[in-house]
Amino acid sequence: MKLNTQLLNDVTAFIWYEADLLDHKGYQEWLQLWSNDGLYIVPAEFDADDNYEDTLNLALDNADMRRMRIARLEDGESVSANATGNTVRMVSRVRLLEAGDDLVIARCAMTLNEMRHGKLVTYPADVEYQLKPAADGYRLARKVVRLMHADSFLRTVSFIF
Amino acid sequence: MSELIEMQSVSLKAAEMVEEGRVHKSLYSDPAIFEEELDKVFNNTWVFVGHESEVPEAGSYKTAWVGRQPVILSRDRKMNLHVLQNRCRHRGATVCEGRKGKTKSFTCPYHGWGYGLDGALRALPKPEEYEGVFDKKDFPLERLRHESYQGLVFATYRDDIESLEDFLGGAKKWIDLFMKQGGGYPVKVLGEHRFNFPGNWKIQLENTTDAYHFPIIHKSFVTSLDDHTADIFDFLHGDGFVEDLGNGHSVMVMIPELVDLESDLDQPIPPRFQKLADELRTEGKPENEVKKLVRAAHGTGFNLNLFPNVSCSMAFFRVLRPVSVGETEIQHVALGGEGAPAPFNRKRMRLHEHFQGPMGFGTPDDGEAWERVHKGSQAGNDGWILVNRGLNNLHTSPDGNVAGAVCSETGMRGAYQQYKRMMAAGEEK
Repeated sequence: MKLNTQLLNDVTAFIWYEADLLDHKGYQEWLQLWSNDGLYIVPAEFDADDNYEDTLNLALDNADMRRMRIARLEDGESVSANATGNTVRMVSRVRLLEAGDDLVIARCAMTLNEMRHGKLVTYPADVEYQLKPAADGYRLARKVVRLMHADSFLRTVSFIF
Repeated sequence: MSELIEMQSVSLKAAEMVEEGRVHKSLYSDPAIFEEELDKVFNNTWVFVGHESEVPEAGSYKTAWVGRQPVILSRDRKMNLHVLQNRCRHRGATVCEGRKGKTKSFTCPYHGWGYGLDGALRALPKPEEYEGVFDKKDFPLERLRHESYQGLVFATYRDDIESLEDFLGGAKKWIDLFMKQGGGYPVKVLGEHRFNFPGNWKIQLENTTDAYHFPIIHKSFVTSLDDHTADIFDFLHGDGFVEDLGNGHSVMVMIPELVDLESDLDQPIPPRFQKLADELRTEGKPENEVKKLVRAAHGTGFNLNLFPNVSCSMAFFRVLRPVSVGETEIQHVALGGEGAPAPFNRKRMRLHEHFQGPMGFGTPDDGEAWERVHKGSQAGNDGWILVNRGLNNLHTSPDGNVAGAVCSETGMRGAYQQYKRMMAAGEEK
């Protein structure tokens, strides 16, 4: 099989850029990565089907909810957000699922590490990106984070996956 | 510590750590007390295991816990419910590892013993070696006594305690009110959030009857609301109350105007429900049903705490499970209406996602506070946790119960007195 390594590189670079923004709390820049109708989704089951609107999710954020979620992380009113230490995430195993002119779909593996009250908490996840090509790169149309913990019990989360 | 106290049983010692207005911090952190609690409390009372809508059809099952013991809630072909120990009678392996689903039987993976949905042992490989040794009918999955009220299923290891309805007592009226939030449709479980925190289960038990914390720790949630909704959640100065309902149960009414969701149906549609109302109208719902569904979408204005492991909390069930002295698992079970219009159930799920669960705008801050209570309360050699708020301002409710202001700790005191009675039971000197 022949891989489109140029596109794969472009997409991977975007995903790494987003990952770096989130680990370094560049939340306002992160909001700018989204298309207006984009959805940030964390299903409550690892194997949830894609009818997210009619399913209970851990998060199903449209533009308003993303903005409010970021405000909560940044405005100093949330004790859990204030207590959240640093996160370090690693993203790999990037595969292109669709490579259309209007939409690129990629899937990758992510491991996010959080230092929480002196204890390391690790969240492995399978992440799907739907990206709309734009003049300056891509806009996030959809990001679906399937956490392995979703089938079990999470710790509370005051950061962005 | 005197020799006399040393010789006391652990559970009696724990009972004595509950006073009217304070409880000793060891109740959060002493592993020996925790072990006694599993026996004295969780194995001796009615424990919530699920809602009937979670097992809707013949062959439906869900797994649950009674304290530390894994159980299965199942529905057999005749639609009867069963609560079964999730333990093969042969060597003890669990016979069901799914969270919920449908099955024809429960089969032990180890040696293939097969049980029916009612727990009966149906078949096992190479039965001839058991001929004359035992009869299959004597080795079903062990059944727990179970009873339901308004679809809430509780199980108990005790065959000799009062009926579930007697145990719920004064809480039943509030369960009836809670179940009105289907908006005219039967209440149905839509999904659940699961998370854990490093702390003792009683810290969670206290939380659902603690209005005092709400505007403080949930400030970032209130900030994210529109002004109208933020006003509704500004309830500490309102006419709410906490009422001790007996047997450890209590109700905390935060928003009195949302106690009965089938009253005041002529109220205007609040801003945050305009879109829902429009969607319901588009579906052809008449205006009176639109108003009923919109009002139900709010959820109720109260938390009903049912000792020891479930709260009917405004719009959802909050179920706790003690894992160890310092770890507790919590499920936030989202509710909607069976057969209700899709926009109604969607709105209910979006509201649930907004506040509840490990990624909500509310729960992570609760979790942070509980974790700190568990950690901080271990400081010092001696120490007490105060539950005396509002002791100076009690009154008798219309139902004849002790009640206090909305931000009183009346409900916690009720729960701890039940805990004290249960821990002391059978241990009298």
